[in-house]
Amino acid sequence: MSKTASKSAQPAYVLDRCEAVPAMIGDPKHFLVVTGLAGTAKDFASLTQDGPNYFGMAGAMGAAVSMGLGLALARPDKRVLVATGDGELLMNVGALATVSVLNPPNLSILCVDNGHYGETGYQKSHTSLGVDLEQMAIGAGIKSTCTVDSQDGIAAGARMLRESNGTCFVVLRVKPTDPPKFKRNMDIAASRVRFRLNLLGQA
Amino acid sequence: MAGVSATKDKAEEIEIGWQNALYDTLKAQGVTQFSYVPDAGHRILIDRSLADPDVHSVALTTEEEGVALAAGAHLGGARSVLLMQSSGLGNCVNFMSMIKGGNFPFLTLVSMRGDFGEGNPWQMGMGQAVRPVLDAMKFISVEVTKPDEVVPTAIAAATMAFKSGQPVAMLLTQKLIGAKAF
Repeated sequence: MSKTASKSAQPAYVLDRCEAVPAMIGDPKHFLVVTGLAGTAKDFASLTQDGPNYFGMAGAMGAAVSMGLGLALARPDKRVLVATGDGELLMNVGALATVSVLNPPNLSILCVDNGHYGETGYQKSHTSLGVDLEQMAIGAGIKSTCTVDSQDGIAAGARMLRESNGTCFVVLRVKPTDPPKFKRNMDIAASRVRFRLNLLGQA
Repeated sequence: MAGVSATKDKAEEIEIGWQNALYDTLKAQGVTQFSYVPDAGHRILIDRSLADPDVHSVALTTEEEGVALAAGAHLGGARSVLLMQSSGLGNCVNFMSMIKGGNFPFLTLVSMRGDFGEGNPWQMGMGQAVRPVLDAMKFISVEVTKPDEVVPTAIAAATMAFKSGQPVAMLLTQKLIGAKAF
């Protein structure tokens, strides 16, 4: 866990998401998972084997945090994990302000930040050009935040995601390399029904 | 002028009446999440939701958050309603494709601007586009023009949304809420 990356230094993008995301999450059954499109959807499709506690998007860019908020408010008895990328989050970064005002204790947000728009050909995103999403989350009022950019920080980031008693926001900085390959169900309605059957026992 | 003022008071009393009845109706329909960008047209619903310990009152920074919020609420078995002005619909369009494509139930109440008697040219473009946009996204729209239509229309809209799993927009027209000069 580091605030070590000083403002002047380039942020460290050294971890491989294919290893760092599973290490950070552990058993994904601990969470109800909502992911934004592209990289994080693939990270968690692979990690959950496209499981029934996973709803991953392939569009609606910018929707992940708000969707996780609706789920977390609906199910205070479950821990909700939102996984989003830097690009996905930047498209609706105001959602962090909405979340922080309500501060649901069962909502954990993981931003897998590779500094790039991987899906469209790895164009640089704002975070590799000086924008710091943890600072934006702090500015939005989220009290529990950290940035993990090395192996040493993973355990503390993992603990925050599982145990924080207010909404938490964890940035995981990773190299701009591909997420795991996994062929997931892209049918939105089928994913919705599967998720609800698992959680509620009804479609 | 006393007559004008009395008419205004009467109109305000009617508006307070139907907004309160609308809030009670939405709660009776099982809505527990009210999301909104502050709007004069939804003032009483917003204030009631803020004061109500049994619901979540969610102030959004942009209306599209409320679309995703409603989808998340549904995944968790809760009912959400998005309160917005017609201009906000323009901010929602891309997320509406997730609602439609996923057969998510969805209910929004849209207070209209840029319509009947509008005096602000900045409101006209989006106001006039509300119905075509809803049609293009294959959302059902129902309109209210009179105070006594509010509650039955809300019940109809909520039933289509939450029982039949449809995306529904209930338009509170300027015939109902008045064409304000702000």
